[in-house]
Amino acid sequence: MSASETTMPKSWRLETKPHKFCPGCGHGLVLKVLGQVVDELDIQERAVFGCDIGCSLLAWDFFNIDSVQTHHGRTTPVITGIVRANPSLIGIAYMGDGGGYAIGSQHLVNAANRNDKIFVLLVNNTNYGMTGGQMAPTTLPGQITETTPYGRDVDETGSPTLGPEMVAAISSETAYVARGTVSNMSKLKKFIKRAMENVVAGRGFSFVEVLATCPTNWRTNARDTWKFLDEDMKKYFKVGEFKTLPTEREE
Amino acid sequence: MERAIKEEKRVFMTGNEVVAWGALAAEADIMYGYPITPQNEVMHYWTRLAPKHGRKFLQTEDELSAGFTTIGGVLAGRRAFTATAGPGNILLQEPVSMAEMMRLPMVMAIMQRGGPSTATVIYSQQEVNLTTSGGNGEALRIVYSTATHQELYDYTIKAFNAAWKYRFPTFILGDGYQAKMREPLVMYNPQDKGVEMAASEPFVGKEGKFGEGREPAHLRNAFSMEEELYEVVMEHIQDYNKITPQIVEYVSLGCEEADLVIVAHGIVSRAAVAAQEKLRREGYRVGFFRPITLRPFPVRALRKVCKSTSKFLVVESAFGQLARLVKEALFGLEAEMDEIFMPGLGITSEKIIGHVKKKSELKV
Ligand SMILES: Cc1ncc(C[n+]2csc(CCOP(=O)(O)OP(=O)(O)O)c2C)c(N)n1
Ligand code: SF4
Ligand SMILES: [Mg+2]
Repeated sequence: MSASETTMPKSWRLETKPHKFCPGCGHGLVLKVLGQVVDELDIQERAVFGCDIGCSLLAWDFFNIDSVQTHHGRTTPVITGIVRANPSLIGIAYMGDGGGYAIGSQHLVNAANRNDKIFVLLVNNTNYGMTGGQMAPTTLPGQITETTPYGRDVDETGSPTLGPEMVAAISSETAYVARGTVSNMSKLKKFIKRAMENVVAGRGFSFVEVLATCPTNWRTNARDTWKFLDEDMKKYFKVGEFKTLPTEREE
Repeated sequence: MERAIKEEKRVFMTGNEVVAWGALAAEADIMYGYPITPQNEVMHYWTRLAPKHGRKFLQTEDELSAGFTTIGGVLAGRRAFTATAGPGNILLQEPVSMAEMMRLPMVMAIMQRGGPSTATVIYSQQEVNLTTSGGNGEALRIVYSTATHQELYDYTIKAFNAAWKYRFPTFILGDGYQAKMREPLVMYNPQDKGVEMAASEPFVGKEGKFGEGREPAHLRNAFSMEEELYEVVMEHIQDYNKITPQIVEYVSLGCEEADLVIVAHGIVSRAAVAAQEKLRREGYRVGFFRPITLRPFPVRALRKVCKSTSKFLVVESAFGQLARLVKEALFGLEAEMDEIFMPGLGITSEKIIGHVKKKSELKV
């Protein structure tokens, strides 16, 4: 392990650590990578971090970065509004899969389509974590949640939303789109860095979905948590880049 | 910022165009909007004017987005605004509740149309409830109800300054008639009239380095404890109450010696004033009271009126939305309420005069 993987990112706010996520939660890992990338690109003072309502709201004081908590599903337009008004800022919209794919899906679709120069970072934990584990658009077929107590029935409730695939299909050629996982942190970091670079360069819309753990609502022990993340989720969600500079693509 | 209006000039234009010019004169930097009648031409004029004056526009996917992007513009320290009506005003209430909680000076123009639902695209005064108290909070917003194109211009400028000075979301409440009809007015550069232009400043993305006079901003609107929330809300309420006397505006005519006071707001107040003048000339002891700010409501002024007369006739193009505010203001005083409620319909002075005369005859 390199030093950067063992120490706290400089952009983290030490006073608010240890953080407030449950033990084993994927959010903290995603934010660790985000912090490292902010450090490496040296954009701490130009970045604006918006967090959704969902467990992402716990990140409102996570960084020493200008941060704003918004409403459930509305982080994308808030960050869009900031960057449209002041394009010298680097806008990061951080949200869950419910926030991005259900209540805020119109914002995601349209920001992607308009090629807004913002970075949308979405945590896919296959459920609504903050509200106690209901079905999300990403819930796997057969998966038990509070609102699918007998398992998700795809005939009645549809199949898991494929966010990056959708965003890749509707975004411009200069967009960056990928799906990473907290089970492969170095690859995740590469994706998040490319996404941020795309925005810093003012090239286009950037979107990264991250497969992440929610042991609390999955009701899994460490081993089953890992299995669900690395085996079950991967059956539906392909990890890789969906839109990037042609020279950089990685499957 | 370059002055949009170099010298005072008399013009003849629609209310929507007036709002666009008023926003330019108020140094608005950016508009975010979604099409809806009867507000569309605010955007149409803005998109024609904005690039010539170094201002910006974003057409959003809906009014939730228009409201939340406006919040983004405000967070970036820009004088940002949106305009909408009816069903769009409903969607706008979510971002407005965030602006109330976080004291974000967003500005919006509402051109009321008929409701409920899609109803008509033409006219009403049915968005008073929604505009004065549409959120899941304590309705800490400023609402100016205009009656003329001159006022649309004046209060658009005032809305930006009030919002940035007091840090509460601020509405200009017009209606479809004002939006679409043409009327003369005088446009001017507010600084030339000695209008104090409240400075705007960024909440995020300020200049400078952390630790050298700048700290990272952490703006929250979610709280874990009841007591935490209570403290924040009570602070906002105290601020709101403190500034209320500075914000409240109203017109009161002949209320001191009146047997009856006609209460109206917005464009209906024009018919009400005309009716009051005519009735006075004919010997009826009639007064006129018009709240210009519907939030905060001129409670004290109206209660004072109630000391000289206890009879009120509330006239509005809605079914008792203004009357509710009037009754609330007069709570505990002895007052007799009469009404002309015509949801979605225009009201003429003849209608009011006829009503007053008929009621007076009944008394004789
Ligand atoms: C308009 C609105 N509807 C519903 C809620 C309740 N709510 C809060 S968080 C949440 C779901 C969060 O799930 P997700 O976005 O997947 O984030 P996670 O907690 O899983 O990270 C919901 C429905 C809300 N805050 N606002
Ligand atoms: S509920 Fe799930 S997503 Fe939320 S903090 Fe706990 S583990 Fe993380
Ligand atoms: Mg989730």
